[in-house]
Amino acid sequence: MRELRIHGRGGQGSVTAAELIAYAAFEGGVFSQAFPAFGVERRGAPVQAFVRFSDEKVRLRSQIYEPDYIIVQDPTLIGDVDVFNGMKAGGIAIVNTEKSDFDSGVPEGVKVYTIDATTIALEELGVPITNTTLMGAFAAATGEIGLEPLEHALRRRFSGSMADKNVRAAERAYNQIGGAA
Amino acid sequence: MLEFMEGSHAVAEIVKRCRPQVISAYPITPQTHIVEDLAQMVANCEIDAEYITVESEFSALSACLGASAAGSRVYSATTSQGLALMFEVCFNVAGMRQPIVMTIANRSLGAPLSIWNDQQDSISLRDSGWLQFYAEDNQEAADLHMIAYKVCEDHDILLPAFVCFDGFILTHTYEPVALPTQEEVDAYLPAFNPYQRLDAANPLSFGMYATPEYYMEFRYEVDRAMERAKQAFIKAGREFGEQFDRDYSALVEGYRLEDADTALVAMGSICGTAKDAVDEMREHGRKVGLLNIRVFRPFPAQEIADALKDVSTVAVLDKNISLGNGGAVGTEVKAALYGSGISVYDYIIALGGRDVRKRDIAAVVDLAEKGEGDMFYGLRTEVL
Repeated sequence: MRELRIHGRGGQGSVTAAELIAYAAFEGGVFSQAFPAFGVERRGAPVQAFVRFSDEKVRLRSQIYEPDYIIVQDPTLIGDVDVFNGMKAGGIAIVNTEKSDFDSGVPEGVKVYTIDATTIALEELGVPITNTTLMGAFAAATGEIGLEPLEHALRRRFSGSMADKNVRAAERAYNQIGGAA
Repeated sequence: MLEFMEGSHAVAEIVKRCRPQVISAYPITPQTHIVEDLAQMVANCEIDAEYITVESEFSALSACLGASAAGSRVYSATTSQGLALMFEVCFNVAGMRQPIVMTIANRSLGAPLSIWNDQQDSISLRDSGWLQFYAEDNQEAADLHMIAYKVCEDHDILLPAFVCFDGFILTHTYEPVALPTQEEVDAYLPAFNPYQRLDAANPLSFGMYATPEYYMEFRYEVDRAMERAKQAFIKAGREFGEQFDRDYSALVEGYRLEDADTALVAMGSICGTAKDAVDEMREHGRKVGLLNIRVFRPFPAQEIADALKDVSTVAVLDKNISLGNGGAVGTEVKAALYGSGISVYDYIIALGGRDVRKRDIAAVVDLAEKGEGDMFYGLRTEVL
């Protein structure tokens, strides 16, 4: 079983990202489970959401403490929240940052992919909501989900031009990380 | 066919397919998504049901009681303080023998205010005459609603039921669920056939007062119906298994108990984590198993005694507390095992949404095997 922990702020769509990544994984034939860190959600406050990927039915219900993967939606979280806490050696982190030389507090053995998801989201969606962009980066960096199931997941959630825009944002990130991965 | 969806949505979809004729509920976290979904389905004419909006949970269950007495299949859902507000009506529903099915999205009770999960709410209604079923995952949560209607509406039973599933931990989790089609549900669950109903042409009174010459006999009859509900559940669960390949014919479900020295006993979603913990402990040579209590009312004392007869130590995980006397499940398991010589320890755990990891389950087993129990597990002593 592999585990993903998504760090974001309330309003950035971390819970939606978890749901859509898990849906895409399910479409790809994996038993997946997605759930939020249940709380009194407030816009801007640090939030977490979780995804498990398994070849068998997932029975485990605890939160995720030793993730294989993390997604950091908002670089300002680093410092406030120990986003790398408990990460497994060999783990993969996807960090939204404009700094290509990002190395803040990265534990040994963790591979970091940086992407300027905010700029991509602003250009493609017109709003700095980075969850769908980062889903594309996650797909390319980890291989847990394919681009096609990811597109299905996005089109299931969004319709019309909003779906097209989100798919384009995810594809841009996928291709950008794909070159690096 | 498996579909990927939120637990609340799976429950709303299966409730829709059970064809309730009247729904009345008041939204409260973490039950809200279920009743929002159902309200939408009624508004979209996907269900031929009356959705009665009310100003409180007391009114919601009161509306359900009247509608059920009038001969309708009825549904409601609530949690926590909402269920507490229904307390009086709950006893009336059971006493008037109305087969209402209500989902409980288990949540702790205030004060202090907590929106998070434990099972204090439904456990606190254990003496009310409602059947209580606890789901380990969202598949079971959905399936148990079909079984609940079948058991409740059986003319030998005629009692209401709570289908309990853990708030947030299941209600807000997305995972694969196989939902029977409308045709399959119809084949399993026939249309409601009320035993008696309010009818102007043939007047009846429900909930009349009973003098001391009669009251005890009414209570006796409810208690006998509770007892009969064990066999009715087993039968309905077996029929479900025959049609859908998911077997619910047991009131309790053992996991790796065959040669176990120590058994965990638990209810609800914590059983999933406990099963993974049992597997890990087994890999380290520990002879540990789990007993999942699916049906808490009627209480399957004999089934529990049979399932645990070969173990030496039992550790009960209680997500509730009867303040002043430990956990409710532990107390009842101890009574079921009285005289067996088995050491039974109770652990109050995961109250108010405190997360439980596999290592916590293993730590409880360690405590039980050392003979330390009847305690809160995982207290933050630094804040006491």
